[in-house]
Amino acid sequence: MKNTVTFILSVVVPLIIITVVLRDAKQENPLLAELKEEYSQPHIPSVDHSKHEALQRDFDNPHEITATCISCHTERGEEMLNSFHFTWEREDFIEGRGVTYLGKKNLLNNFCTGIFSNESTCNRCHAGFGWEDMDFDFTNQYNVDCLVCHDNTGTYEKLKGGAGYPEPNQDFQTIVQNVGRPTKTNCGYCHFHGGGGNNVKHGDLEEALLTASRQVDVHMGVDGGNMDCVDCHTATNHVMKGRYYGVSSSNTRRATCEDCHTSTPHMESMLNTHVPKIACQTCHIPEYAKVNATKMYWDWSTAGDLEDGKAFELYDSLGNPIYQSIKGDATWQSNVEPEYMWFNGTADHFLLSDKVDTTAAFLPINTLFGSATDPESRIIPAKVHRGRQPYDPVYLSILQAKLWDREAGKGALWLDLDWERALEEGMKYLDRPYSGQWDFVDTEMYLPVNHMVSPASEALTCEDCHSRNDSRMQFVEGAYIPGKTTYAAIDTIGVLLIILSVMGVITHAIIRYISYRKINHSSNA
Amino acid sequence: MAKTEKVYIYKLYERFWHWTQAFLIFFLALTGFEVHGSFTFFGFENAVDLHNKAAWAFIILTIFTIFWHFTTGEWKQYMPTTENLRAQAEYYVFGIFRNAPHPTRKTVLSKLNPLQRLVYLSLKILVFPVMIASGLAYMFYRYPSQGEIKELGVSSLEAVAYAHTIGAYFLMAFVIVHLYLITTGHTVTSNLKAMVTGWEELETEEGEIPESKTAGEPVGEKLDKPGEQPDPDPEKI
Repeated sequence: MKNTVTFILSVVVPLIIITVVLRDAKQENPLLAELKEEYSQPHIPSVDHSKHEALQRDFDNPHEITATCISCHTERGEEMLNSFHFTWEREDFIEGRGVTYLGKKNLLNNFCTGIFSNESTCNRCHAGFGWEDMDFDFTNQYNVDCLVCHDNTGTYEKLKGGAGYPEPNQDFQTIVQNVGRPTKTNCGYCHFHGGGGNNVKHGDLEEALLTASRQVDVHMGVDGGNMDCVDCHTATNHVMKGRYYGVSSSNTRRATCEDCHTSTPHMESMLNTHVPKIACQTCHIPEYAKVNATKMYWDWSTAGDLEDGKAFELYDSLGNPIYQSIKGDATWQSNVEPEYMWFNGTADHFLLSDKVDTTAAFLPINTLFGSATDPESRIIPAKVHRGRQPYDPVYLSILQAKLWDREAGKGALWLDLDWERALEEGMKYLDRPYSGQWDFVDTEMYLPVNHMVSPASEALTCEDCHSRNDSRMQFVEGAYIPGKTTYAAIDTIGVLLIILSVMGVITHAIIRYISYRKINHSSNA
Repeated sequence: MAKTEKVYIYKLYERFWHWTQAFLIFFLALTGFEVHGSFTFFGFENAVDLHNKAAWAFIILTIFTIFWHFTTGEWKQYMPTTENLRAQAEYYVFGIFRNAPHPTRKTVLSKLNPLQRLVYLSLKILVFPVMIASGLAYMFYRYPSQGEIKELGVSSLEAVAYAHTIGAYFLMAFVIVHLYLITTGHTVTSNLKAMVTGWEELETEEGEIPESKTAGEPVGEKLDKPGEQPDPDPEKI
């Protein structure tokens, strides 16, 4: 007995000790300390604009401000004429379409649906002055708005419905004397408010990022990296790194995590082996819209209802509009778990000239290309914005409604609440065929989530994906995910094999026992 | 009536190998089926980590044991034979219930009956190689090298994982039957005692000289002479 115990201990104990000793202690990648050091250095501007003679005056003409900027920054105006912030379109190659020139300028979405006939209000966010219709001059460098991106006072305001022009009577002298590198406030002025309000569109870009903690966003959090957008979205000659796939199509000039963190960012190689197939964002952004809610569903078909003959609005308990006569029904959500899909960095878009497939469950406004078998594809987290928007059931095209005008009676939906007229005006403006009939079609739009990166301690754990039930990857197809994927036949046959073995053994034992007793009984008798 | 004699049948390394392997197979099954998603015990991350480490221990043990098999000549114990194969099968199906004698006599030179030879040999040349190869492919189908992640060129993790899973189910079935067959020795516990202490009460025919008379006397080198094995069929003696 003593021998037995000693023997078992001499086998088992060393194994346990070895296992415990081999257990890796969690370490932080030394690269992180370097990055923190690098990005905590304050940006020191090379120029104090308040000392420039040309800026010791007030302005009342915005074009004149731009001309004054260009008087020193002589090449920047021409350069801006090629910036996507000004052109709102890019030359891209799309598989199946060839070379395309697409962007916010001419693409649809399932939020406010598109800028056509609504330029004066939508293009408040254009880095330019005066784009109110199709006649805007994209070749005039004095149409560029420098201040919306470079005002460092945080006070510069563009006029609502002003086609990109600033509100008059601002203290332009102070503003122009305090221009510099774009801050979060500059970028956020437009990018936080896509879709017509804070966090409506993206879900991971919103005002809270100006004051958020590192729990919300490790990079931008004021107690975290306190980084600016342009720290990652660097620019060369006013061409930014970064892609928003509601309007982009190609896998180029993307701002990636790997730019700083390399493609082997973890100390544990088991985690690094995930990198080729799993985007960093998938684990490190477990949820988005962490502070304010984001719009998840937008049903235009219910727009136009009246209460006592007037337009009205309904709000949820958090103050988000769940019904507006001018916009229809909406669903809002905060702390949203993203949906996951394969994505290789290229995308397609539904064009005004494309045909609606009425047999499909929904119409994809944009399509993120990718699959498990494509070596360029990784699993990414995305916000999926679902909606219902007008289309022409005869010509099977998506319809563009006129939403906005300065005054009532001109067919703008938001003023007159008349779909028939709004669609007629919108399509007339576009000069595209319209049968006069309209219906609504379910649409989906895919917005990859890239911001609101959580601290590493809050990243997804293995079990979030590697589990039979509730795996975050449950709708991701084509990948074998240990702990999640099973092949029913193997498990069924395997379990059957075990059950048969157990049953065989038990049956054998019982027969052995009975016959043993019989033999003993007869020999005793 | 058969006499019994105490014989030193399992040497120290053999027992060390057997029990370490038994522990590892149990532990690999526990962690492996957790990785497979069958249940939760250690947590997925720990299960993967422990499974990989136990796998390395298993591989190292296997390398040492292959060495041992060849240096001691013990590999010959696993050479398959059709002789008595049928008798052995019939024993488990009929004879055992009638208290019939074991058709194969266990000796130091031939400790495995023909069924055991077949099963253990197929474990050694089929199941273990498949498990180790698929396990290594599973571990290294993507691996870090010089600051980047390289691919081993395994086209599909799926096929690798399925092979590994099928092997695991076979091993589980083997373990269940093996555990039961332990009880079918001379007495219910004699096989177990033998694998723990090395000594086993073996049936001997009257007048026969057992292979080893003295406790602890090494007998392995005798195995290097094939053809010296006694006739395994007691009926013929």
